[in-house]
Amino acid sequence: MSNQTAHRNYLWSRFRASPIAMTSAALTVLIVGGAILAPLLASQNPFDPAALNLANSLLPPSWLPGSDPHFLLGSDDQGRDMLSALLYGSRISLLVGFGAVIFAAVIGVTIGLVAGYAGGWVDALAMRLADVQLTIPAILIALMVDGLARATLPQETHDAVAIYVLIFSIGIADWPQYARVVRAATAVQKTLAYVSAARVMGVSSPRIVLTHILPNVLTSVMVLATLGLALAVISEATLSFLGVGMPPTAPSLGTLIRIGNNFLFSGEWWITLFPSLTLVLLALAVNMLGDWLRDALNPKLK
Amino acid sequence: MKRLLSVALAITLSVSAVHAENVLRWASQGDAMTMDPHAQNEGQTRTFAQQVEDALINRQPDLTKVPGLAVSWKLVDPKTWEFKLRPNVKFHDGRPFTSDDVVFSFKRAQMPTSDLRDLIASVADVVAVDPLTVRILTKTPDPILLDEITTIFIMSRGWAEEHKVTVPQNYGNGEETYAVRHANGTGPFKLESRDPDVRTLMIKNPDWWGLKDQPHNIDRIIYTPIKNQATRVAALLSGELDFVLDPPVQDLARIESSGGFQVERAASPWTIFLGMDAGRKELLTSSVKGKNPFADIRVRKAMNMAVDVNAITQRILRGLGQPAGNVVPPGVYGYDPSIDVHLPFDPDGAKKLLTEAGYPQGFDVRLDCPNDRYLNDEPTCQAVVGMLARVGVKVTLDLKPRTLHMPRVQHKESDFYMLGWGTDTTDAHNHLSFLGLPTSIWNGTEYTDQKLFDLINGMASEIDKPKRDAMIKEASTRLREAYTYVPLYHPLLAWATRKGVKVPITLDNMPHFAYARFTN
Amino acid sequence: MARHILRRLIQAAAVMGLATLVAFLLFNYVGDPVSNMLGQEASRESREALRAHLGLNDSFVVQFARFSIHAVKGDFGTSYRLQRPVADLIAERLPATAELVLVSALFAVGLGVALGIFTAIRRNSWLGQTVLAVSLIGISLPTFVIGIGLIYLFSVILGWLPSFGRGDVVHIGWWTTGFLTASGLKALILPGITLGLYQMAFILRLVRAEMLDVLGADYIRTARAMGLRETTINAKYALKNAALPVITIIGLKLGELIAFSIVTETVFQWPGMGLLFIQAVSFADVPIMAAYLFMVAFVFVTINVLVDLLYVALDPRLRSREEAA
Repeated sequence: MSNQTAHRNYLWSRFRASPIAMTSAALTVLIVGGAILAPLLASQNPFDPAALNLANSLLPPSWLPGSDPHFLLGSDDQGRDMLSALLYGSRISLLVGFGAVIFAAVIGVTIGLVAGYAGGWVDALAMRLADVQLTIPAILIALMVDGLARATLPQETHDAVAIYVLIFSIGIADWPQYARVVRAATAVQKTLAYVSAARVMGVSSPRIVLTHILPNVLTSVMVLATLGLALAVISEATLSFLGVGMPPTAPSLGTLIRIGNNFLFSGEWWITLFPSLTLVLLALAVNMLGDWLRDALNPKLK
Repeated sequence: MKRLLSVALAITLSVSAVHAENVLRWASQGDAMTMDPHAQNEGQTRTFAQQVEDALINRQPDLTKVPGLAVSWKLVDPKTWEFKLRPNVKFHDGRPFTSDDVVFSFKRAQMPTSDLRDLIASVADVVAVDPLTVRILTKTPDPILLDEITTIFIMSRGWAEEHKVTVPQNYGNGEETYAVRHANGTGPFKLESRDPDVRTLMIKNPDWWGLKDQPHNIDRIIYTPIKNQATRVAALLSGELDFVLDPPVQDLARIESSGGFQVERAASPWTIFLGMDAGRKELLTSSVKGKNPFADIRVRKAMNMAVDVNAITQRILRGLGQPAGNVVPPGVYGYDPSIDVHLPFDPDGAKKLLTEAGYPQGFDVRLDCPNDRYLNDEPTCQAVVGMLARVGVKVTLDLKPRTLHMPRVQHKESDFYMLGWGTDTTDAHNHLSFLGLPTSIWNGTEYTDQKLFDLINGMASEIDKPKRDAMIKEASTRLREAYTYVPLYHPLLAWATRKGVKVPITLDNMPHFAYARFTN
Repeated sequence: MARHILRRLIQAAAVMGLATLVAFLLFNYVGDPVSNMLGQEASRESREALRAHLGLNDSFVVQFARFSIHAVKGDFGTSYRLQRPVADLIAERLPATAELVLVSALFAVGLGVALGIFTAIRRNSWLGQTVLAVSLIGISLPTFVIGIGLIYLFSVILGWLPSFGRGDVVHIGWWTTGFLTASGLKALILPGITLGLYQMAFILRLVRAEMLDVLGADYIRTARAMGLRETTINAKYALKNAALPVITIIGLKLGELIAFSIVTETVFQWPGMGLLFIQAVSFADVPIMAAYLFMVAFVFVTINVLVDLLYVALDPRLRSREEAA
């Protein structure tokens, strides 16, 4: 226990010493916080069609002539407040991102633990399955799943389940990464003295796995999850940009960029720039954080 | 290897030699649906057809009628027109054009799988008198026959028989025939290659009969569908296109100000509107069961009052559309500005009407929209969803590409849909019959009003002009006041071209490249 | 070694079987093939006749076997939307995608490996640090944002490069190539960079990490202590040992290039398989989706087997271990 506390203190001091880590953490907290508090912070609910008014469309950001102070970052062609759209859009993007990462991590860690601890044919099967899964990129799985959903569900249902389709299809592609790392770690931990001791003392296998092995593989999982989050958010944006993600009536960051893309040449640059910037900053911040975390936890680089 | 290289080099040289010619490169958002000239009566499809094929009577860009494959015509008796055909005309494959091809093409266009059969519903028979004379016999006197036959493109009987395409492609059932990607007409351009969704290449027909009167200098036409608006504009601005049929409205100012480009605008005889299925017992996409909200005229009227068409034309279309109150657009014979007035925007009045009709909380329904067909169709539908939400009507938006959207309207599988109607004949009868008669596959309202039907059918054969004018006015008014449609706007056309290329704007939004010119 | 290869081939066959099964399920159970072919108005009799003709009344196993045989022969039926044989459509679009992926792979691997080595060797130089920082932005930028940005800069503002399409192509048999014309080559640049940039940044970071790992290892220190020249150490020992994991990952990344060509082809209106596929998805054009899935799975599996073989060839330890076993 004290070992873990020391570890935590060490991580914290390294974190405070790294301006990059602090900046990216602050940026992440800002965007995630904004997304969580969106209903409180946003001046309108951009997902409610009744809240939008065409009379407020295409307003420039508040520091430009012809703007309206109620629309801090301007508005889009439907009269949607850009700031509110960004807050709610990040909410959807992050919801999909976190959902996909958790989904992938839970499946991956479970399979990894079981495979690593059990060994033998279970291990072989799980790892071959992971190999197969790894050969098919996430975006392709997502397109297939969405194509299936589109072909089998009516539009109303399809829009309602769009977010789950995204979480599932982005998450399912990513589990082998977790499984591989956790399996390797478990296989090592299994042979250590304290695990053997616990087994000799008659502690049940699931208990050993959960209380002794799982905590020790969590740091690696954290690193993978952080880097995975950035990738998941980008995947969601890509799918929405292709028009197979969130519908235009409940836009995520990717959908906002797709819509804004139409205004690239017309002078209403804020419709496309702000969502793009938010997405890139979010991905960059999370990536830097993940990078730093990996280096900080890597014993070789200490 | 060496031989392969030299072959490759030779091909490269021949490819680069192309640039010496006048190649017109153009784009718009969607592709033609088929090359079969009788399978689909849809704008882009007909645009392609009219480069390759001729009708007996053609139209100029200003839509006035000019002799096409017929050089003269006269009324023999009230129900018989006689046409003298143009001599020495050859199809692209070298077959001579005769009256037999005219008879064949009209019969083909009257078959069940033809989408043009309603347009020539008045035609009883077409007979060849001699190789250069045909007669069209109508069931009743038809005052607009000459307008109607401008839509019937003439194919070669011999070619059709050789390639087993004597019956129009059954588009709705996804049939593949030789005519889907090949065409053989008498027109100014030959279809060289057709790769749906990718590229269509046409080359000049040096033997076109009209060349001496219309000496155009276009050697090739390359068409690329570019769905993405930004890519389409980027391609024009960077000099990769000469002509864009549908530049996005938000980019017109930019295109005009960047120099080297011009935008030509014109009013067009089109109306974009929403249709409501008033005839069905129960809507397919509403949770209201046992009755159809749209069957109640108060609901339909409320839908009209809830939509702010001025906001749509000003904000979404940026002035490139005129608010519509009727499906019959300006520029069409029988247009009456006094009934082309949308019901005043009145959300409170709409709510009151909905309450009276028994829907104080509104109801839900799905709106089916195309996303690659009309000017800003997707944002317009989104705006409509918002406007209806404010009176309590909860609308789910289903955006589909045109090739999926149109069949669901045609199969009457849509409760609430966006559609646009241009003109085939420049006569109000065209709009009224296609959008008012129950027999039209383009009328998804399933609305029954025998008086309206009688008026529309009556005007088809009424030769007394004042009487017919009155019938048009009464029918237009009746259709408008049934409120089965929510007329949205009459779009203005805006065509963008590179300077040095002139493509005269055609009021039906279907470019006619025989009239286009390279000026430098 | 033979056993290793055999195991990999069996595994590859299993993957293909699975992909075929998914494609078959898509084809037969998503949407009713009979309605799609006959339309709504068809009579019951003609429906039944077509069902029998298509063999839809046969058992699942028989149907699946038939589908697999057709798939191997490249027969995937007719596209619902374009009303043409799917095999023809794929064959027409294949060259465009293949050339695009080839160009981006060369760009990503070439520049990625070179810059990766550079940043590892010049770990502390400002240039190395800058390249590394920029690479982080590279993996944080979605492909479509890169594409749109490049179009705006190089096509619209500067007017140097085309914004859409393949330019002029030359037909060589059924293949079409953009490599032999000036406009075809120019048209490849922006989409190639767009597609390759993410992978380039990824490979750069991977190569750097592996190189640093190896450079820190004991035997390199020994070599250095023995007075071997730095370049010799870098080229002969470090790079060789860093190459193994890099090759494996690059194999996987090539598969990703094919998947992400869907995005690039959408942005640049590139007439390849990706554009065909994305249009098929929005039209629920199942035969094309099934065929694309089958095709891409096949390519992935092939790449993976090749990478495995290369791995075995390069890694003497693996080779001797397998032979001993």
